[in-house]
Amino acid sequence: MKLTDISGDINEWLDGSGPLADIVISSRIRLARNIAGHKFLSCCSDDEKSAILKKLKDVLMSLELGDKIFYLSVDKTPVLNRHFLVERHLISRHHAFGKGPRGVVMAQREFFTAMINEEDHLRIQVLKGGLQLSRCFEQINRVDDMIEEKVGYAFSPRFGYLTACPTNLGTGIRVSVMLHLPALKMTGQIEKFLNATRDMNLAVRGLFGEGTQASGDFYQLSNQVALGVSESDIVAQFEKTIIPEIVEYEQAAREQLLSKEPEVLDDKISRAMALLRNAHLISSQEALLLLSHLRMGINMHEHMGATTPAIKKLCSLRGGADKEGGLSIATINRLFMLTQPAHLQLNHGKVLDPAHRDALRAKIIRSALNQ
Amino acid sequence: MYCQICQKNEATIHLTEINDGVRNEMHLCEQCAQEEGVAVKSHLPINELLANLLATQPSDDELFSGSEQESICPHCGFTLDQFTKKAVLGCPYDYEVFEKSLLPLIKRAHDGKTSHRGKVPSKASKDTKKQVELMSLRRELETAIKSEDYELAAKLRDKINQFEK
Repeated sequence: MKLTDISGDINEWLDGSGPLADIVISSRIRLARNIAGHKFLSCCSDDEKSAILKKLKDVLMSLELGDKIFYLSVDKTPVLNRHFLVERHLISRHHAFGKGPRGVVMAQREFFTAMINEEDHLRIQVLKGGLQLSRCFEQINRVDDMIEEKVGYAFSPRFGYLTACPTNLGTGIRVSVMLHLPALKMTGQIEKFLNATRDMNLAVRGLFGEGTQASGDFYQLSNQVALGVSESDIVAQFEKTIIPEIVEYEQAAREQLLSKEPEVLDDKISRAMALLRNAHLISSQEALLLLSHLRMGINMHEHMGATTPAIKKLCSLRGGADKEGGLSIATINRLFMLTQPAHLQLNHGKVLDPAHRDALRAKIIRSALNQ
Repeated sequence: MYCQICQKNEATIHLTEINDGVRNEMHLCEQCAQEEGVAVKSHLPINELLANLLATQPSDDELFSGSEQESICPHCGFTLDQFTKKAVLGCPYDYEVFEKSLLPLIKRAHDGKTSHRGKVPSKASKDTKKQVELMSLRRELETAIKSEDYELAAKLRDKINQFEK
């Protein structure tokens, strides 16, 4: 399989289906594991790293995951392709631009990836659309069991799974949920949300994970405590309490906008439409922000029956592949992904400088929104 | 800017209060802010956290028992100094070798917790599995006693006894 086989479209985790998908973009769980009897990577020579890589690659490629799986040597992959994998949420920035022999095993439908020799010997992840954490956990737990039948993990009864960094110690689990919270931002309540998450020991990151700013009203929320709390407790806390509560706040903020400030709402949506349908140069940052407003508008129509003039106009646009009906969330999600820098270049077949990317991005968006 | 209370540390917390239209600004270091009851629960980047924790003076205990600060892991050759620079450990045994120095950090990173709950690899020797399950049963027993749920406590005690046979 080539990356260009998947780069032209979005995969099922972004198709806009899944529980609470109007606000919860995706659910992701990753587990950090190390093989017993090996040092952590910071102390490994390249030879030892290669040995670990081979061992884990062989085990992972033999797994029965219900989908085609394939392997990529990250250190031998061109830089543009590595950027693509990061944009796609398949590997971390750290893995893409780290050092030494390392690789990634992934399912073609992208719900499963395994990074070998990232910070730990092995980091497996399961990714799904909407709020589906317990399903993610069931799946990743099963895969973890299958791997563990073939390799012994570094584990201590006291500290649990032993990880290179003590912050991942214990369960080695990181639960991450990507949220779209434009109304909390517009109504000036986002600071409250950020403070509350800090009080609950949660980490907030941007659309592209560790080290990125929240942009375009997308926030990735994840647990920081991994020791002393079981995996199922962490998952349940996120799925039953934390996320539904935030979703409720965002919904209330949307209702507030609709009933008290429809002009503010319509202004944002109309301006976003006007710019996106007419711009000839647009940066990824600006596109993200404006598409975010369209995404909110369509969702308010579909889930709350909102019919302000701007929302009506927005929903009457015909978009991209959804020629039958109006503009859909899948189309907007597709634009989010396909206008990212590495996606643009990979799909265009060559490296482009920022100015050319801005032009190409604007063209793709214009043509999707002016059909 | 220095903290306006201790005048020693860098002020990292800046508060603005408005009372009856009068604006009052406070600039505090984290320590003084905590003493003043200003609730701050910040997540320091791991490197900073490490440097702070490891820079604290060794206790008498440590001075007499030979400080971990200077020891080298016999399995991977790692030192604590390397850990503060890289923020990752050298091998799984470092958790034993540097336990004393790592514990405060582990505690802080995991909201006060220092022992594992949750999945145990099925391959882990039966003893390991048993130990973890026993530990978790004992913890549950403690909670049951604290909340005066004696019926549950009795059940848990039976379970523990059976386990230990």
